[in-house]
Amino acid sequence: MEQKEYTISVLTEDKPGLLNKLTIILSRRKININSLNVSTTEVEGVSRYTIVATATKPALEKVVKQIRKLVDVLGSFLYEEDQIYYQEIALYKLSLEVFQKNRLLETLIRQHGAKIIAIEENQIVIEKTGTKQETHELYETLQPFDILEFARSGRVAISKSKRRTEAFIRELETSQSNTLSIKEF
Amino acid sequence: MEALVESLEKKLKTERLTGSEAILKCLIEEEVETIFGYPGGAIMPVYDALYDYEDQLKHILTRHEQGAIHAAQGFARSSGKVGVCFATSGPGATNLITGITDAQIDSTPLVCITGQVASHLLGSDAFQETDIIGISMPVTKWNFQITRPEEIPMALAKAFYIAQSGRPGPVLIDITKDAQQQSFDFTYEACERIRSYQPYPELKEQPLKTATELINQAKKPYLIFGQGVTLSGAEKELKEFVEKTGIPAASTLLGLSAFSTNHPLYVGYAGMHGNYGPNVKTNECDVFIAIGMRFDDRVTGDINTYAKQAKVIHIELDPAEIDKNIQTDVAINGDAKQALKALLPLVKSNDHEEWVKEFHECDKIEMDKAIQKSIQPTSELMTMAEVIHKLSIKTQGKSVVITDVGQHQMMAARYYQFDQPKSHITSGGLGTMGFCLPAAIGAKIGKPNREVIAIIGDGGFQMTIQELGVIMQYQVGVKILILNNSFLGMVRQWQQLFFDRRYSFTEMDNPDFIKIAEGYRIAAQRIEKREELNYAFDQWLNTKESSLLEIVVEKEENVFPMVPSGSCVSKIRLE
Repeated sequence: MEQKEYTISVLTEDKPGLLNKLTIILSRRKININSLNVSTTEVEGVSRYTIVATATKPALEKVVKQIRKLVDVLGSFLYEEDQIYYQEIALYKLSLEVFQKNRLLETLIRQHGAKIIAIEENQIVIEKTGTKQETHELYETLQPFDILEFARSGRVAISKSKRRTEAFIRELETSQSNTLSIKEF
Repeated sequence: MEALVESLEKKLKTERLTGSEAILKCLIEEEVETIFGYPGGAIMPVYDALYDYEDQLKHILTRHEQGAIHAAQGFARSSGKVGVCFATSGPGATNLITGITDAQIDSTPLVCITGQVASHLLGSDAFQETDIIGISMPVTKWNFQITRPEEIPMALAKAFYIAQSGRPGPVLIDITKDAQQQSFDFTYEACERIRSYQPYPELKEQPLKTATELINQAKKPYLIFGQGVTLSGAEKELKEFVEKTGIPAASTLLGLSAFSTNHPLYVGYAGMHGNYGPNVKTNECDVFIAIGMRFDDRVTGDINTYAKQAKVIHIELDPAEIDKNIQTDVAINGDAKQALKALLPLVKSNDHEEWVKEFHECDKIEMDKAIQKSIQPTSELMTMAEVIHKLSIKTQGKSVVITDVGQHQMMAARYYQFDQPKSHITSGGLGTMGFCLPAAIGAKIGKPNREVIAIIGDGGFQMTIQELGVIMQYQVGVKILILNNSFLGMVRQWQQLFFDRRYSFTEMDNPDFIKIAEGYRIAAQRIEKREELNYAFDQWLNTKESSLLEIVVEKEENVFPMVPSGSCVSKIRLE
């Protein structure tokens, strides 16, 4: 079966140790994590993990089910690329001298939809938001100008479904049932 | 007003306690009566408090933490209650890991409480400090570290709720020494719900309907049940279902004793060393009903050739087990008891006489090629099979049988005729040698009125032999049967069949088990001759106290039938 890049989105209680519990579910199956982002959500006490991994769909569906089993997990979902909006942020550091010598650079930065976020005595920092491919394209463009440092964030993603996280959590809170199949929401 | 009354009531219930006292109070609130454990520096405040609670909480001092946790497992599996154990930090806690893993894979409800170094020392590599939370993460259903006494009631309430609800499992609570020592205002409230945890899926109508249609139309339906039946207490419903539909039923290793082996529709035990019929008929049935079992590889063999011709109906509580190993046609995600109750009025009364007869024909083949040779051997020394067969007749299948891991385990599963539920306790998923002796101690404490028989090989016995001390100290009436072939028998069998008889480090020079037992003041005898068996069994069984019987058995006996690892179940070898 074909291996592809998928995005797993997990809503959890904001509890220590969960990152470890989640990632060992992938690592014991020898599935490598391409990117991982953890942040709080608009709901207090609830965190969102966005995990990008390459594997077959059935393998990741099983991973998602195992993640749902974790007591502090509120919901876990598997997405293909066309089911989500997603972005990454990349930062590129160049020498100020190189930048000043090459007028072309400013045009290139603009063409890639990137922006300069800091100009220091010796260096400038460029920020680009986009897909991994887009940030990589800018990396390749800037490479001949000697990139001093480069960093890319994990993917952040939200689903294209009409789901509202707040409503989802509220439903969990107000329900008195322990048979509620809310994780399928 | 109501809020005021509630707050006043809460105040009245509040007591000023140390963390350690609070732990014990929580256990009492959860109706725990027995704790298995081993003290040490980081859990000493709890043991100190226990000194004052001896009339309410019975503590069994094992000889090793591994003994404590296996005993808690045996207790939980025989009694159906949560098993509880205590251990100190560091080595005490890590010694629990094998048992925790065993409990996780065999769905045993446990609450393990470990002491931890004081919170200001966490992460400093202090004496006997270890990150037991990190270590136990992949093998617990839930774990939690307590650093303040105020967290104790909430964490323990959650621990008991999580351990025993839904698919049961082990929970570990790690408590720093300072949290055990500090005082706080204690109140206890049992946990009934956690918003991020829904242990009981709601039965959906559509799969029940589809399953009913398949079952009612099936010409060759076949059913395999697992431990899920025992865990949900669905033995009665399973019997009614099988009798109404006339479907032949087989058991997995952990399902054994959920259904009487003497029932005419019981067709045997399925799996690597199971019976011939249940294995080959898997690939001939048209509808395959799996209840409370997880399609372990020891049951399925090669999954690419397993029941491919059949429509598969899987009744399973844990949604992660559905479609994990075998793709199902109908998934009924729910408790086995509820699902069977819902199906019972929907399914038609039926009998599948001709189909059931096919299983009995398989039984004849197995009897001729494997069973007969095993239970009526021509060899001078006794075989494990004949000993267990005889034991089953002697006890009329009414004992609780605890086994260790290896050939004797498979022989017990094959030749003991279980007549009552919760009568078979073994380490199924993890295959932990050393499990039997302490688990039998726990099982006897959990069900003191039942005859508990520990069937152990000479290898496994020596892994936790020190727990004889517990039998001695607490007068636990366990009957121990050692089947001694001076070999690690199952490994030797594999070496014979798959490694060209290269018996690499599987032969054992054993100590005098009788002297060891007598050293622990346990009555013991050893027999080698067939003609001694009957009398020895009578003597051994007719005592209330614990007693040990060592039977020297044939050295190179093999367990057959056998599905070689990863092979197709239809290609089961009879000899």
